[in-house]
Amino acid sequence: MTIIDETAESPAPDGSGDTGRPLLEVRDLHVEFHTRDGIAKAVNGVNYSVAAGETLAVLGESGSGKSVTAQAIMGILDMPPGRIPKGEILFRGQDMLKMSGEERRKIRGSKIAMIFQDALSSLNPVLSVGYQLSEMFRVHQGMSKKDAKVKAIELMDRVKIPAAGDRVNDYPHQFSGGMRQRIMIAMALALEPDLIIADEPTTALDVTVQAQVMDLLAELQREYNMGLILITHDLGVVADVADKIAVMYAGRIVERAPVHELYKRPAHPYTKGLLDSIPRLDQKGQELYAIKGLPPNLLRIPTGCAFNPRCPQAQDVCRTDVPPLHPVTERDGTELAGRGSACHFWKETIHG
Amino acid sequence: MAELSKTGEPQDATPNVSEVEVVDAHSESEAVAAIEAPVERGEPILQVRNLVKHFPLTQGILFKKQVGAVKAVDGISFDLYQGETLGIVGESGCGKSTVAKLLMMLEKATAGEIFYKGQDVTKLSGRALKAVRRNIQMVFQDPYTSLNPRMTVGDIIGEPFDIHPEVAPKGDRRRKVQELLDVVGLNPEYINRYPHQFSGGQRQRIGIARGLALNPEIIICDEPVSALDVSVQAQVINLMERLQDEFNLSYVFIAHDLSIVRHISDRVGVMYLGKMAEIGTDEQIYDHPTHPYTQALLSAVPVPDPESREGRERIILTGDVPSPANPPSGCRFRTRCWKAQDKCAEEVPLLAVPERFKGQDTPAAHESACHFAEEKDVVHAS
Amino acid sequence: MPDKTVEKKVEALPGDTVSTAGVVVADAGPAPDKARSLWSDAWHDLRRNPLFLVSAVLIVFLLVMSAWPGLFTSASPRDADLAKHYLGKPNWGHFFAPDWLGYDVQGRSIYARVVHGARASITVGVGVTLAVTVLGTVIGMIAGYFGGWTDTLLSRLTDIFLGIPFLLGALVVLNSFNDRTVWVVIMALAFLGWTQIARVARGAVITIKQADYVVAAKALGASTSRILFRHILPNALAPIIVVATIALGGYIAAEATLSFLGVGLGDTAVSWGGDVARGREQLRIAPHTLIIPSVMVSITVLSFLMFGDAVRNALDPKLR
Repeated sequence: MTIIDETAESPAPDGSGDTGRPLLEVRDLHVEFHTRDGIAKAVNGVNYSVAAGETLAVLGESGSGKSVTAQAIMGILDMPPGRIPKGEILFRGQDMLKMSGEERRKIRGSKIAMIFQDALSSLNPVLSVGYQLSEMFRVHQGMSKKDAKVKAIELMDRVKIPAAGDRVNDYPHQFSGGMRQRIMIAMALALEPDLIIADEPTTALDVTVQAQVMDLLAELQREYNMGLILITHDLGVVADVADKIAVMYAGRIVERAPVHELYKRPAHPYTKGLLDSIPRLDQKGQELYAIKGLPPNLLRIPTGCAFNPRCPQAQDVCRTDVPPLHPVTERDGTELAGRGSACHFWKETIHG
Repeated sequence: MAELSKTGEPQDATPNVSEVEVVDAHSESEAVAAIEAPVERGEPILQVRNLVKHFPLTQGILFKKQVGAVKAVDGISFDLYQGETLGIVGESGCGKSTVAKLLMMLEKATAGEIFYKGQDVTKLSGRALKAVRRNIQMVFQDPYTSLNPRMTVGDIIGEPFDIHPEVAPKGDRRRKVQELLDVVGLNPEYINRYPHQFSGGQRQRIGIARGLALNPEIIICDEPVSALDVSVQAQVINLMERLQDEFNLSYVFIAHDLSIVRHISDRVGVMYLGKMAEIGTDEQIYDHPTHPYTQALLSAVPVPDPESREGRERIILTGDVPSPANPPSGCRFRTRCWKAQDKCAEEVPLLAVPERFKGQDTPAAHESACHFAEEKDVVHAS
Repeated sequence: MPDKTVEKKVEALPGDTVSTAGVVVADAGPAPDKARSLWSDAWHDLRRNPLFLVSAVLIVFLLVMSAWPGLFTSASPRDADLAKHYLGKPNWGHFFAPDWLGYDVQGRSIYARVVHGARASITVGVGVTLAVTVLGTVIGMIAGYFGGWTDTLLSRLTDIFLGIPFLLGALVVLNSFNDRTVWVVIMALAFLGWTQIARVARGAVITIKQADYVVAAKALGASTSRILFRHILPNALAPIIVVATIALGGYIAAEATLSFLGVGLGDTAVSWGGDVARGREQLRIAPHTLIIPSVMVSITVLSFLMFGDAVRNALDPKLR
């Protein structure tokens, strides 16, 4: 693993939009959990990067390691039982895993913020929403109580909470689910971070509200030119806002592609299976395609390709060799930018 | 009924529902006989009429005073035909889960009737009620809380036989349970395991096996796949469709996911704030919706296909669903509706075929509770 | 905001076979385990917990001592030899001999008294705990399950009993008895002590009765007793057991305190609390007559507290 030296030493520049280098880069990240029954390998060598103003969607089912990766980035992984045996998380070129607790705390919240799925349990029920918002300014920026409150109202306006001035002293339970999620977004935005990690931000919301919240998130991201990592299991939500997608399975990225490409021509049988197994709104289907079998047990990940027991195309090589992330090309060999597939038979999958 | 008319709300003219053939049972055994009688395919098996459920809001500790009511379900009617799947969609708080509880007789209806084969089950008790319970089963949303963690799979699936011993003789039960496990695609040897040893999808299969144990005629499914992973959802949906054919079941399929509801349902009802907004066949609702709420709901569904969605019109509703404790006057959707006019605040729209489509032979001619019903295709790219 | 705890999504899935629409598919990996109930999981955890092992060994030791004191000493705790009065400094070298721990003011072997005193403490502790658990669970379950005015009534009753200071109440109650046997003390403490368990049981039952599996049983037409005893009780038992084991230590301490205050077991009974009370008078001349029984009380209480703690950790996976 070679580190680009110049980036490692240069101090993090404050400005945004230095497009040449990714904002955040995850390199060969491994995370494992020590459980009573053995070691659960939750993340097994993940690589991805996000640039400023870019949206990366990390797609996966439960146990795919998508949330664990995010927690490792945020430094909120429970350790123990969690452990990071290997890997680097570079934020503006600096490896966060090598930083002291104090340095990481400074980045957390002010440079990288996170939005959780369940806004109700992420907000403190006994403190008013305005207090929790203004706390961010008072703690991180040393503002006075009064100024912080003004900022809090401003922020609530920003995320389009109606009558923000009147509602600033309300408590979390007095807001609806959609409004609470907006408050979560406001808190994440408070210190104008460079990167936001949103872990299933709309899963708990109704469809009509989901669309509002996703639109707001996308709009704010454009405005602040932030990087956004969107973690989700919903292929539909991703299609709307992401620039590129990384599909995770059993702690690995099995496919990556620009968003339109992935839906049009999946290059991994797992992605293909997922897309086929979703019922369509605009047509009445026959029997749904179902990926057979179960998601893998992280304590006993199958040898070779982790997807092989469920894969319709599996051959002997899939049971013995772990497929690397092959660059995906057109039939004639022209490279498809940003595409990769960790399948021995990616050619057959994409070109049929 | 008397209670209903007091509220002053007009009754739905219900052309969508067939007339109830009430079976007058003078004794319990007559009632049981009526319940056991078979129903032809395509005949109504469950008929719901003006069903109302208000949860009282009370104040005070010892002497409770009613200060209001959450109108969770506020007068809905529909039919379920033998062998069909009726989908009920709506957002959280629309009352769809309360409908499930009412159909299962887990909650007592405030008003209205539920006819099962012509018997009003809200008025049954004793042996007849037990017979109804045997024939209407439920599959729950959360496979993690719907199975008792201290019981083995065999005990969980066998429990229906303990409660209704007439269905299976004692010596036969273990074999029956193993058969059921096999039917839902689980290894029959797992009979002695505990729920936490299974994954979500497998647990949902166990829940389905429990629902099948008594050989019911109707299964009420309350969000049966929303807690499952995408790749497992399809397995469970396919399983449910296969079981429907195999055991001649009728489903009431309650969900918030419109794509899944379309996939599995023959007819679909859309609920909003305790009322039915629109009901019709899957084609009528999805391809020819006439209620603005249905249109907004459909257009908001994220479609996993960036190409096809670009041509689609998106209607983004403002605001949130109002509180069911204090619903808007007139049409309940008017506070979020872009078509709302004065009439909508004054008059409750009836669930009926809209005037303009009456007598026409178009798919738009289905029941829709909107004063300004208008067809609009939001699903297909223009 | 960023420091929120996030539930770990590491789901250990059994590598099993599953069939999809009739097709049986073999998953990789062998079936790892047999039926594993939550109780056996808890036991599995406990066996590896040093806290549990130490406290369990101590508790077994104390139980054996209280059941068969003859195994430990042949001396009688009541034999007074006034010749040894005050001279009875411990003879640390004489393990398990009557004079090992010295003699008390009346010339009785302290070692024999410690061994025989265990029975009173343990009997009271275990007896009160059993009585309190049964009484509290029944009241809590009825209040929690039926709700409404039943709950209002029983909850107020619980509050009233909770309002009585435990020791003061026991003092008053026991004072009205002349002949205070072990059973009288147990009854008195149980009468005042059931409230904690009742509250825990009520809370657990209220949570559990809303669980889908209870709703499922109701939908099947299960009877109330079936719901209570098959579904609710087994699931409510864990928190009740935890509170009960932790409280056990407290009851032993309470018995010692009451005996010390002279309203516990009668003067003729052999008990640690009584010995502490008598030892107090000789504190300057013979401190060991006070210290040794006090240490026994502390060790016993501590063992049960540690035991309760270990059980709680094993039964409540959320704390892990």
